[in-house]
Amino acid sequence: MSKLDISQIEHIAKLSRLKLTDEEKKLYSEQLSSVLDYVEQLSLVDTKDVEPTANITGLKNVLREDEVEESGISHEDIKLNAQKKAVLNLKTVILSCQESLSK
Amino acid sequence: MNLNELTIKEASEKLAKKEITSVELTEAVFNRIDKVESKVGAYITLCKEKALEMARASDERRKNNKILSEIDGIPIAVKDLFLTKGVRTTAASKILEDFLPINESTPTKKLWEAGAVLIGKTNLDQFAMGSSTETSAYKTSKEFDSTTRNPWNLENVPGGSSGGSAAAVAADECIAAIGTDTGGSIRQPASFCGITGLKPTYGRVSRFGVIAMASSLDQVGPMTKTVEDSAILLKYLSGWDKYDSTSSKKDVPDYAKSINRNIKGLKIGIPKEFFGEGLDPKVNKVIEEAVEQLKSLGAEVVDISLPTAKYALAVYYILMPAEVSSNLARFDGIRYGHSTIKKQDASNSQILEEVYSKSRAEGFGSEAKRRIMLGSYVLSAGYYDAYYKKAQKVRTLVKKEFDQVFSKVDLIVTPVTPTPAFKFGEKVSDPLSMYLSDVMTVPANPAGLPAISIPAGFTDAASTKGGAGAPASGRYSNRGEGFIPDKRR
Repeated sequence: MSKLDISQIEHIAKLSRLKLTDEEKKLYSEQLSSVLDYVEQLSLVDTKDVEPTANITGLKNVLREDEVEESGISHEDIKLNAQKKAVLNLKTVILSCQESLSK
Repeated sequence: MNLNELTIKEASEKLAKKEITSVELTEAVFNRIDKVESKVGAYITLCKEKALEMARASDERRKNNKILSEIDGIPIAVKDLFLTKGVRTTAASKILEDFLPINESTPTKKLWEAGAVLIGKTNLDQFAMGSSTETSAYKTSKEFDSTTRNPWNLENVPGGSSGGSAAAVAADECIAAIGTDTGGSIRQPASFCGITGLKPTYGRVSRFGVIAMASSLDQVGPMTKTVEDSAILLKYLSGWDKYDSTSSKKDVPDYAKSINRNIKGLKIGIPKEFFGEGLDPKVNKVIEEAVEQLKSLGAEVVDISLPTAKYALAVYYILMPAEVSSNLARFDGIRYGHSTIKKQDASNSQILEEVYSKSRAEGFGSEAKRRIMLGSYVLSAGYYDAYYKKAQKVRTLVKKEFDQVFSKVDLIVTPVTPTPAFKFGEKVSDPLSMYLSDVMTVPANPAGLPAISIPAGFTDAASTKGGAGAPASGRYSNRGEGFIPDKRR
């Protein structure tokens, strides 16, 4: 029985880069705990000497030659979703990175 | 009969005989949409101008004897998870509310290259996460101020996540549609809406340009009025794509040629685990009658057991959220989509990490947040082995078990869902009970197996207010029967 407490939810929210309200933290703590409860039944399955499956096709190392080709996407197309102004202060980006690294 | 009620096969024949034009067909579809869409709410975006343009181009090609394929001129509805160049694509989320793709997904590109016509983008559960279309951020049904409703009974959900596509087909608001299936998202809504929905073998159809949910499980498939139509569409959707490294190089047969073969001697497996506790007795009865019908056509019924299949749901609810947490990391308020920055001005700049966490918190719905967090947890240090790696190992066992069973039978028949379509709001506040409704469709996905949902009968008399009309020839009535055919097919 794994009950996720608020501090665990806060940790997970940080890993997920999601800002949660206090109500959300409480709600998700209950809901996620019940889901984890359910999936924990896998511990009953004997998987000794069983290989994990990451991809069902069994394909490995699907590569191609490093050749350049036209993308078919024009410069105009690429700008379709660019915001009118990029509003990111470089100083705050650096400060934020420094903050994350020092943790 | 109204032109919008035709199947792909029927419409294709009438077009070929020049009895109708693609413009007439497309206009009939839009007339139907005008009549019932305010109740059904299948579409997030309608493309009438573009559709008529494509239809006129098709008629022009036909006049000059230059048609591209048997689906040239056929109006198709597309789940709003496929990137359609220049046509808004939202994944039913606020985070992509104004997103205009700069390229076309491979599956839709193949349809347009075959001459098909785009009607519009259908509603879905947000980022394909859900089994009822209720998690969509868009209220598409205007009359009821809700998301998509089941055309057979407007108080019921259409299923999900491809609920919009299923409803559009069932209500004849298109000739056919396409959707995606990660844990049952084509088959379950197909079952709830009484249409055919097919999930092909993993790798059969390219996933390039399809907004990713769980990359090792997602598959694109047709949602149609008849099984034959699914076979026709599958041919055009399938094939190797250099842009999808998981796509299969196997040849694409003319699937429609395999329809209506004699099934004498075909071995059908009935797994006892799918017919036990939790199965609605009315659904059970419908399936039993369908199996009897198959027997009378010459099929041989074999009792089988799939003891590991019951763990497939737990496997799915570990692996899928893990992959989701990775795939949705790109929505960061920087690259594209909703950003919290828009609300600020340059003088009030924020810490980068806050830009991420606020943008995402503002843009994602609660189901998306739940699954991202579940995924982050099962992949995190200290829990990876117990959850993620364990689930991958059980996945191997699920696959091995199916392989063994398929040495004894050609197909497996089960109900698609344990209950008929449920009512709005019934499961939305209890995520786990919503997840449990996937228990019968989910096993096919981690195993990569093809599976089809075919209507087998009604559980109750359908009550319609707005009516999808009587089924045309070749169509059965409602409710689910699930086939999990052998890969060989």
